Amino acid sequence: MDKQTLAVQVADLTVAYQEKPVLWDVDLDVPQGVLMAIVGPNGAGKTTMLKAILGLLTPAAGHVSIFDKPYQEQRSLVGYVPQRGSVDWDFPTSVLDVVMMGNYGKLGWVRRPGAADRRAAELALEKVGMADYAGRQISQLSGGQQQRTFLARALMQDAQVYFMDEPFQGVDATTERAIVDILKDLRADGKTVLAVHHDLQTVSEYFDWVMLLNVRRIASGPVDEVFTDENLRTAYGGRVGFLNKKP
Amino acid sequence: MSSAQIEIQLIGIVVAAACALPGVFLVLRGMAMMSDAISHTVLLGIVLGFLATGDLESPWLIFGAAAMGLITVSLTELLNRTKLVKHDAAIGLVFPALFSIAVILISRFARGVHLDTDAVLLGELAFAPFDRLMLFGTLLPRSLVVMGAIALVNLIFILAFYKELKLATFDAGLAAALGFSPALIHYGLMGLVSITAVGAFDAVGSILVVAFMVAPAAAAYLLTDKLERMLLYAVGLGALGAVGGYWMAHLMDANIAGSMATIIGVLFALCLLFAPQRGLLASAARRARQRWEFAQTMLTIHLLHHEGTPEAEVENRLDHLHDHLRWEPAFARGVVQRADERGLVRLENGSLHLTDAGRGLATTMLADKR
Repeated sequence: MDKQTLAVQVADLTVAYQEKPVLWDVDLDVPQGVLMAIVGPNGAGKTTMLKAILGLLTPAAGHVSIFDKPYQEQRSLVGYVPQRGSVDWDFPTSVLDVVMMGNYGKLGWVRRPGAADRRAAELALEKVGMADYAGRQISQLSGGQQQRTFLARALMQDAQVYFMDEPFQGVDATTERAIVDILKDLRADGKTVLAVHHDLQTVSEYFDWVMLLNVRRIASGPVDEVFTDENLRTAYGGRVGFLNKKP
Repeated sequence: MSSAQIEIQLIGIVVAAACALPGVFLVLRGMAMMSDAISHTVLLGIVLGFLATGDLESPWLIFGAAAMGLITVSLTELLNRTKLVKHDAAIGLVFPALFSIAVILISRFARGVHLDTDAVLLGELAFAPFDRLMLFGTLLPRSLVVMGAIALVNLIFILAFYKELKLATFDAGLAAALGFSPALIHYGLMGLVSITAVGAFDAVGSILVVAFMVAPAAAAYLLTDKLERMLLYAVGLGALGAVGGYWMAHLMDANIAGSMATIIGVLFALCLLFAPQRGLLASAARRARQRWEFAQTMLTIHLLHHEGTPEAEVENRLDHLHDHLRWEPAFARGVVQRADERGLVRLENGSLHLTDAGRGLATTMLADKR
């Protein structure tokens, strides 16, 4: 793997809500082919950073490139898995329909998805172990199934870089294992994943890179180099005594 | 039926269809009250257009009205974005202000013109057949032609941008990330609502515009899990309300628009009660069934817990469920009877035994904690 190719480059990213900085001058280089966890306490700006990178909110300053080009030119290379709670699961549609939305970007305006998109969506559902749920109304899904549906939709995007906002939040053990398997498959295919993550215990097990964030970037790099007690204490303000890091 | 009667019903059906199409997306976006705001503020656009051109037939009136609808939306959003005013309050602030400016302008400069405020609220559907225009060699009611055209525009817009509307409504974040500007789609939809409100208020008044946009969509939402069907059902329910309302007005010699709004309300209430899965009755039945099922599961777990232990003799008896599970004796008998029918337990001389099926259920429920 060529560690020199940078999948994501963030420079001087600053986001403020009414003059109060929630993200302060963040620089971040992510090489291609890594699984990176973004960790930090509540209110550290993790979701804000993802949204600013994806252009969903306007940063006060900063620059984002994906494979050395501005994000706007590279949209098709980027996949996004929003927080499960960010959408209305009572919306009248089926699982297959939601997964097909992953292809809308490639279709562009007006063009409708066809039989090929349907097959691709079925394949994506199979990868996340949800093949039997294609026709299911989305309001009938459990939390874990909702998350896997979102993941299948991201797989449909067939992106190079994935941004995931808390993919493990509130999911059952089966889903957690399924997601980990998918992340590893993605990495094996040379894809890059940045995921907001809450469970410090599993960082070194699921991810190979980590970024510690608390308004500022505390550290980022390979897990075994930067996931240190000292960095964690800086990020969390000494509230990580419970953490038993695995060797 | 006279041709005027048929024409009034046709106009009602076309207005219902034109309103229901954008109405479905308003309801799904939680913006139903925006239809109320827009259907009132378009009046200001019409008045300004009339004062500028001096002509009630001028197409500029429609443009002015549509522009005013969009201005309503953006003023509401501006207020909301200050974070000092919540969204519903912002709607409640913007639209009475714009509407009352229109009312003042009418009473000051346009008295005696067709633009009176009663007509704005309730319309003059009964007179619609008298106002005719020539099209394709026949004289057609003007409202029918105008609303037919608007319904067609709405249909074409929604067919063309169906995928974009669906995505931006379900997940605006992904829509933005994929490069489909949710703001553009939002204002496109609001433009449709505005044009529809302008066209419809002349014939049926703004109250019925709101009723036609919100009630059929909200009722259709209760009937189906598919967006395509929700659109179809909303149009169908709206049309039913229009025809039913016409005949109610006919029989009771009442205002037509008011009767149509009433029938639409009744149709919604029927769906609320009787919708197969989401209706109140269906939910109540489902809750009752779940209560019995949950109690049976509890029973099997209780029996499994004490099975083969010395205290089983005491714990696993029908007349002891009251003490141990806090069940009323009648409820306990009901649960045991249902569990027996499902083959989960056997009752022998007042003492309860799990069957294999019952044991299986208890074990799976205990294993599957989440």
